[in-house]
Amino acid sequence: MSVLVFAENWEGRFKKSTYEAVSYAAEIARQLNTSCTAVVIGAVSEEDKKGLGKYGATKVLSVANDKLKNLEAGVYTHILGDAAKSVGATHVVISFTYTGKAIAPRLSVRLKAGLVSGAIALPTSLSPFTVRKKCYSGKGLTDVVISSEIKMVAITPNSYKVNTGGADAAVEVFSPAIPDGEFKVVSKEVKKTSGKIALTEAELVVSAGRGMKGPENWGMIEQLAEALGAATACSKPVADMGWRPHHEHVGQTGITIGPNLYIAIGISGAIQHLAGVSSSKVIVVINSDKEAPFFKAADYGIVGDAFSVVPQLVEAVKKLKAAHN
Amino acid sequence: MKFLVCISNVPDTTTKIAFSDNKGLNPAGVQFIINPYDEIALTRALEIKEAAGGTVTVLHVGGAGAEPNIRKALAIGADDAIRVNAEPTDAYFVACQIADIAKKNGYDVILTGRESIDYNGAQVAGMIAELMNIPCISVATKLDIAGTEAVLEREIDGGKEVVSVALPFVASAQKGMSEPRIPNMRGIMTARTKPLQVVEPVAADCITASTAYELPPAKQACKMISPDNVSELVDLLHNEAKVI
Repeated sequence: MSVLVFAENWEGRFKKSTYEAVSYAAEIARQLNTSCTAVVIGAVSEEDKKGLGKYGATKVLSVANDKLKNLEAGVYTHILGDAAKSVGATHVVISFTYTGKAIAPRLSVRLKAGLVSGAIALPTSLSPFTVRKKCYSGKGLTDVVISSEIKMVAITPNSYKVNTGGADAAVEVFSPAIPDGEFKVVSKEVKKTSGKIALTEAELVVSAGRGMKGPENWGMIEQLAEALGAATACSKPVADMGWRPHHEHVGQTGITIGPNLYIAIGISGAIQHLAGVSSSKVIVVINSDKEAPFFKAADYGIVGDAFSVVPQLVEAVKKLKAAHN
Repeated sequence: MKFLVCISNVPDTTTKIAFSDNKGLNPAGVQFIINPYDEIALTRALEIKEAAGGTVTVLHVGGAGAEPNIRKALAIGADDAIRVNAEPTDAYFVACQIADIAKKNGYDVILTGRESIDYNGAQVAGMIAELMNIPCISVATKLDIAGTEAVLEREIDGGKEVVSVALPFVASAQKGMSEPRIPNMRGIMTARTKPLQVVEPVAADCITASTAYELPPAKQACKMISPDNVSELVDLLHNEAKVI
């Protein structure tokens, strides 16, 4: 029995979601009285690999292969499947990121392991192995029982706290033979969302809707996001009208997010939008219409004109940051 | 070019979800639709077929209750449909059914939505690909096919990536791949006579089960702040909510 976790990196650096996944896996291992092994694929510094021990991994299997720079889900699955077999993994944890979404279902089939994707908390029971996740795009919660021998969990970013305090992990080179024929996806171009914070992993999100009246008024939204160190998001109508890119659309048919703080400006709060943001820890709504349904789902609200409230908010945030720096 | 588009039957996005005894969705008053991402996949398959020729088959795993939506997919333009007559109990079971049919019939491109809006698992596409040992491009925002090669754009952590892949392959559709269409009258009329084949499932295990449901906890009352005192909001977020 042992727990395996895929420690994802982006251009050689681990992300917060990686530390969350390792912490989550290590806690399951602790409850099962066993150890947690992390798999790292790609060029990550030895220091960072050893450092996964801080989050509870006792061993790190390090896979280096020049061909693995891009996401080749079939090959990643091969590596993780072999790693799971080599450590006798009974439980596998992966982040529910785009990378995780590409790999987890394949690995689930390869290991014939039931998969709960989008878990939001530790298992509520280890036997039967039961994990809670959101369903109906955040409008409901469901407990999923895994009945297969090996259990897999894909954990939603920003839903489990990072634990620290462990000692350095032992790093071992792991090099399963991957035949060339398994590389089937050719990467032609990577378009980075430069300098900005990824919406799916952001702790703070500033979002705006039709109340902004036009794309030319987004400057103040971006200023507020910048002052807070937040990602920007938008409502569906705004993305549909082309005011903002589709990848910013949060809601039932967009991205589902669960940041610590979600500030909604000029968004009425249709049920589809609420579904995508309902797991935000704190919601602030700024809207000129006091009847906007979003206020019912909010923790803090301001009824007022965004064009006067938002610039004031930017100033107040800057003042706070200045006082604490 | 042979397309297989897998469609799922889900509650309309405006549905207010309620559960019966926490055992499952209370279907009273719920209208079911084609999963919106599946519809994006379907439309893109039809666009490519119209430009380059081929056939588009839609496949649904589920009971007869979904037939109006299968007919809708035919009305939008799919050529024929297959329904696997079984409860779609978990993603693995569904993927086994689809992979079995795909192996028998041999498709060039298998499309799904990036996730269904009921269970949000994002599992079926990758599972089909692994069962068939072919590549899967998940969360694809663009799809073009030239000859035996496809070029797709997909979402990755930190941005987007353009990739190419040889046929056959699986892809899961994300917004941006196409704009769904509304069926026209001619489509609705011809849909009635298009073939809808009902087949029995192959044996496959279910390895997960949703055993209980509940609604998310209700929010406390919203604390209102005067628009003339915006700095109070910042104070509350800093000192009370401790999020900034």
